[in-house]
Amino acid sequence: MPLTPAVTGIEPLKDRPEVARLVAANAEAIPDAKLDRDELTIWIDRAFIREAVALLRDDAATQYNFLADVTCVDWHPSVPRFEVVYHLLSIPRKARVRLKVRLAEDGAIESVTSVWPSANFYEREIFDLFGIHFVGHPDLRRILMPDDWEGHPLRKDYPVEGYR
Amino acid sequence: MAHLTPTPVLDSGQERTMILNMGPQHPSTHGVLRLLLEVDGESIVRMVPDIGYLHTGIEKTYEAKFYQQGVPLADRMDYLAPFHNELGFCLAVEKLLGLEIPARAQVMRVLLNELQRISSHLVWLGTHALDIGAMSVFLYCFREREDILRLFEAVGGQRMFTDYMRVGGLALEVPLDWFQRVRGFADKFPERIDEYEDLLTHNPIWTRRTKGVGYMSADDLRAIGVTGPCLRAAGVDWDLRRDMPYSGYEKFQFKVPVATESDVYARYLVRVEELRESNKIVLQALDGMPSGPIKADAPHVVLPDREKMKTQMEALIYHFKIVTEGFNVPAGEVYQAIESPRGELGFYIVSDGTPKPYRVHVRAPSFANLQSLAKMCEGKLIADVVAAIGSIDIVLGDVDR
Repeated sequence: MPLTPAVTGIEPLKDRPEVARLVAANAEAIPDAKLDRDELTIWIDRAFIREAVALLRDDAATQYNFLADVTCVDWHPSVPRFEVVYHLLSIPRKARVRLKVRLAEDGAIESVTSVWPSANFYEREIFDLFGIHFVGHPDLRRILMPDDWEGHPLRKDYPVEGYR
Repeated sequence: MAHLTPTPVLDSGQERTMILNMGPQHPSTHGVLRLLLEVDGESIVRMVPDIGYLHTGIEKTYEAKFYQQGVPLADRMDYLAPFHNELGFCLAVEKLLGLEIPARAQVMRVLLNELQRISSHLVWLGTHALDIGAMSVFLYCFREREDILRLFEAVGGQRMFTDYMRVGGLALEVPLDWFQRVRGFADKFPERIDEYEDLLTHNPIWTRRTKGVGYMSADDLRAIGVTGPCLRAAGVDWDLRRDMPYSGYEKFQFKVPVATESDVYARYLVRVEELRESNKIVLQALDGMPSGPIKADAPHVVLPDREKMKTQMEALIYHFKIVTEGFNVPAGEVYQAIESPRGELGFYIVSDGTPKPYRVHVRAPSFANLQSLAKMCEGKLIADVVAAIGSIDIVLGDVDR
């Protein structure tokens, strides 16, 4: 499939049920949206993410009933530094959506484990490798690195070869 | 963020219970997985899995490599299903590029993927049965797996980490008699599945060790992130090959096995049925194998053939450029998921327009599936933990990445 230019902005994507539902709930908290390579991305404000995931799960028009993945991208040195990325899957509708939250370096974000228990391991992994703090996470420990490891290896300012 | 002080993982303070470390060297943990069990006699009060013993830092390594160097890296994650990793990575990069690949390469990819699924399920069946005590099944399964690995060796030169797929197609054309050899394997394989079933399906020891063990409801499984055969064994009829087709799977006729009991026995039945269905797909792919090129016509991305390099200057220049500088990938991000033997394997790739990926994240099925283990085992016996681990079919290379 040859590439087509991406569609950006809330207005041209208003007819998508995901965008419509979130904008109806809290228009101020949805700064931007994008449709690129047939994949819908919605940016969400930090304070709204847990509600947004729950809304998309429970609404009959969206039915995003599976949290496929939570991950993070480090845009060092630009500000805000991090983007936390949520991939949701709707099994009945056979659709996917990506939610993104921009986050400053020392920013904390609300955990979505109360909505999706599966976020437990995903968020622990982000905490381990990026150093992002999830508020309300039941068991926020390192998961892949040893407990006494210093630094967060997937940050862009951490050398690929390691410090040793 | 201040560095958190590590908290003790298990500290119950109860007089009756004892902390037991199962692993990381226990043979039934299928690799280096450590389970902290709090046991009251023989039954489990609490369980905390501890992972990371096989952490290779592969996502960090991706950021320092060209896109075409990512295929051998992908091989080494889920080491029982390298072809699925390669396919997921290549599909994601092709989606970023907007690249069409030829029909023959697509059907070949499906064929190799289904052979790989059979081989992965055979390892699972053999080791799972061995954990519970059935020795012969293990030997039988590895006999058939050896045939498949020989086929892979004929086509890619290596038995496990074949490194055979490329962004834009496949590396090489297959040997002349290869399709006949695959057909020879696929024709005799259904009888072999019957042999495994004779040994296990109605075996009273097997059924008593597996029926009713490791139950979880479908909603719980979905909430905790489980995909693949474990979810289908709970009655959720969801298979990415059929429901969100990729690589031309919509052209194949196959059933998606579903069970409802959601215990270890149901997962066993689902996977054995998947062996049969995969074998059908292999036969269909052999019958409908189109002719034509195995690489896309994209000289900036796909390496030229060796013959062309020795006769055409342009091909030599392209080859030199791709090998030394890589190929630029348009900026953007994709998430491409495929159905691996263990569930949804997703590649999330962020490109900033350079020849190296800005960020690669792998949504590993085993990593998510492992979260269900604690809930399956708490309140049960230690012997049931072994059955439950086997039924989830975790691969530690996939968990730790």
